[in-house]
Amino acid sequence: MWLWFSKLGSPKWFYELSGKWLPWLVAGMSLLLIVGIIWALLFVPPDYQQGNTIRIMYVHVPFASISLAFFPLMAVAGTITLVWRMKLADMVAKTAAPLGAWFTALALASGSIWGSDIWGTWWIWDGRLTSMLLQFFLLVGVISLRSALEDADAAAKACAVLSIVGCINVFVIKYSVDWWNTLHQPSGSFSLSDEAPNPPEVWVPLVIMIVAVYLFFVVSLILSTRNEILERERRSQWVQELIEAN
Amino acid sequence: MFKSIQFSSFGDFVEMGGYAFNVWSVYALFLLFFCINLYFPILKRKQIIREQKRRLLFNRERVSTGSKLSNNEMDKNDS
Repeated sequence: MWLWFSKLGSPKWFYELSGKWLPWLVAGMSLLLIVGIIWALLFVPPDYQQGNTIRIMYVHVPFASISLAFFPLMAVAGTITLVWRMKLADMVAKTAAPLGAWFTALALASGSIWGSDIWGTWWIWDGRLTSMLLQFFLLVGVISLRSALEDADAAAKACAVLSIVGCINVFVIKYSVDWWNTLHQPSGSFSLSDEAPNPPEVWVPLVIMIVAVYLFFVVSLILSTRNEILERERRSQWVQELIEAN
Repeated sequence: MFKSIQFSSFGDFVEMGGYAFNVWSVYALFLLFFCINLYFPILKRKQIIREQKRRLLFNRERVSTGSKLSNNEMDKNDS
């Protein structure tokens, strides 16, 4: 277990392993994305209330759900950085913050475009929307904190602490639809029966899109982390050999 | 579970039952986001490799000409 843990912390080991995994992840992501998008745009029946805007759900829900994963991910990476000083954990935390800001922004934008017709408004200070916006600003805060501190070690520690504290907001986002009964609807329930409010023809393509977007998240995180490794480990023998071979 | 195509014609598909702007702008944003988030890390990787190759060559020349400038000093000079 400990051997595995210390191995995982080695940037070289991560770089080599992720290089092997990347083609498979990209292949799986592309396949699921193509199937998911075609299914969502062409084959999903229009909603009896929302009509064809239901197709927006297949972009909005995957992005909104994955954007909740960023703070817990950064908090775990931050804790590992603080306790074990593992270099790789800080590299992941650093690359996750801008990615998280992008994902959160897309969830907000797609939700806003969806709401503009269904709710009749682009924006409202509803619990879910406001807490999501707060998450966006918190992520921008983490990014600026890192760039503001010159000492990389101090920046890593400060960002780790902010990420752990920022996790509170994830609970607020998650339960906001139950605490404040305003515009944003709670999560729906899924059923295998064809007569249920959410039959398989609606949720199966959604699950495909969610898995595709999760894979997209993993692929982009790996790509940026590999760049970060090449930059930070540039003085090590293995990176120099790799650069020369390229 | 599998329904047939929900649109009778291509024009019908583009129109999205009157919600063309909403549906297509979200999918366009998604596509744009997707391309940006894959293109820029790949571009950056190429830049890093080019930059570090230059650095390695520079250092090698230094060594062969007998200069004592170390790797660390080279980094400082760069930044």
